[in-house]
Amino acid sequence: MLPRPPSKAGQWLGVAKFILLVLALAWLVLQGAGAQGYHWQWYRIPRYLFSFSEAGFVPGPLLQGVVVTLRIVGASLVVALAVGLLVALMRLSGSLVAPALARLYLELVRNTPLLIQIFFIYFVLAPMLGIGRFASAVLALGLFEGAYASEIIRAGIVSVPRGQWEAAYSSGLGLWATYRRVVLPQAVRRVVPPLTSQAVSLVKDSALVSTIAIYDLTMQGQVIVAETFLTFETWFTVAAIYLVITVSLSAVVKFLEGRLAIPG
Amino acid sequence: MRSFSRILLCLTLLVALTLPAAAADLRQELVKQSTLEQVLQRGVLRVGMSTFVPWAMKDKSGELIGFEIDVASRLAQDLGVKVEFVPTKWSGIIPALLTGKFDVIIGGMGILPERNLKVNFTIPYDHSGMSLVASKKLAAGFSALADFNREDVVVVARIGTTGVKAVQKYLPRATLRQFDDEAQAVQELLNGRAHAFVTSKPKPTFLALQHPDRLFLPLPDTFTREPIGFALRKGDVDTLNFFDNWIRVVEDEGWLQERRDYWFGSQQWESRVK
Repeated sequence: MLPRPPSKAGQWLGVAKFILLVLALAWLVLQGAGAQGYHWQWYRIPRYLFSFSEAGFVPGPLLQGVVVTLRIVGASLVVALAVGLLVALMRLSGSLVAPALARLYLELVRNTPLLIQIFFIYFVLAPMLGIGRFASAVLALGLFEGAYASEIIRAGIVSVPRGQWEAAYSSGLGLWATYRRVVLPQAVRRVVPPLTSQAVSLVKDSALVSTIAIYDLTMQGQVIVAETFLTFETWFTVAAIYLVITVSLSAVVKFLEGRLAIPG
Repeated sequence: MRSFSRILLCLTLLVALTLPAAAADLRQELVKQSTLEQVLQRGVLRVGMSTFVPWAMKDKSGELIGFEIDVASRLAQDLGVKVEFVPTKWSGIIPALLTGKFDVIIGGMGILPERNLKVNFTIPYDHSGMSLVASKKLAAGFSALADFNREDVVVVARIGTTGVKAVQKYLPRATLRQFDDEAQAVQELLNGRAHAFVTSKPKPTFLALQHPDRLFLPLPDTFTREPIGFALRKGDVDTLNFFDNWIRVVEDEGWLQERRDYWFGSQQWESRVK
């Protein structure tokens, strides 16, 4: 039994309540900082976002950090989806070795902190493999989020009704053709929403790569705080930028979902 | 008109008479509100610090020892209160002071103009200097600062330290890479991904002694000299005055020099840590 949708007036009341609540929260935060005798200097922040010189628009350290964060997130997303699909198929395969391997990887990655995985890959594995900082960060994030993505993809595949498999086999398709032409196209539409929230997690988790001296958004924030001590102003700004990135990501996916939808 | 000027005169007199009283009230209020007064009432001096060998570190039994620990303990003893150490990440130590997590930073903090805009510093109770320790593999044959001032040289430092400032000033061409913790910065150097690590003396010397096969000291001595002071919140003249004069007293006593000799001039304390 779903709750009844609110009436027109009820909707407006809801919106008003929401705005009031947000304003009250913002007021509380500012009061709290003010009560501690913190001296706000918001006017010192814009120059770290961008400035204008004779040459025109100059991106500040925060925007440079956004570019690095987006590059890391983009590359990690590709790795995570590839790893996720591969591990999901391994878990569903009929062999003895593949599911066991997939299980081992999943349990290892999901039950240890990401920070430790990043340190392990960068300080222990990377010197052996001879890969750089950026590659270490992408590998660590891709493997970590890939573990979660694989479970989501597996659930999507399992949720396709048995009848679809039987119909595909009886029309003479092999295993791979069945996956490619019948099962995966249906599974993809089901897993897009949970995968989006995983991608949002990836954006936020990418902040941890600042610990291996990659100059992403968080690291740039740390450097600005260390140089100017504009602690609250800088971290609020950085948080707002992360919010903009994740909300736009969700909006893009929503749009794509509409394009992907099966008519009828 | 005459009544008006009379009222004005009365008012002027009233204001003139109450002003000194108001100022006296304000002074009393300031004295009452000072950190010093609050420490005495609480019976505990809360000291913000971060681990820097040998300023502050853990000994074998997990107790804090070091030059700063001695200074803060003696300060608390002279105030007649207990001392409580609040270990804080270096990059967040000033915000923690500003938001009242502790009363004073005694943690080998170099006096920098940028820092001084946000906090007040006492007179120096010590001087420190930056030196660097380099990787034998990458920086073989480097023997002067100029050797490190090249685009292809990577130098590591801890976020928010005067080491970062020193690199920006003396090695502007080198690539600076910053880490939040000393351990990670040192690991980067040991893994051969950076040419040198810039940090306060005597840490580079210790590192070179610990890893003689991989690290060495390219410079015989420090290349900067900086004053070290206690940091406290702004607008608190009483506490600042007390700390300044306490430093003068223990300096003239010779006690500070004796502590410096023990922690920085000798290796006697090594057995307490290992």
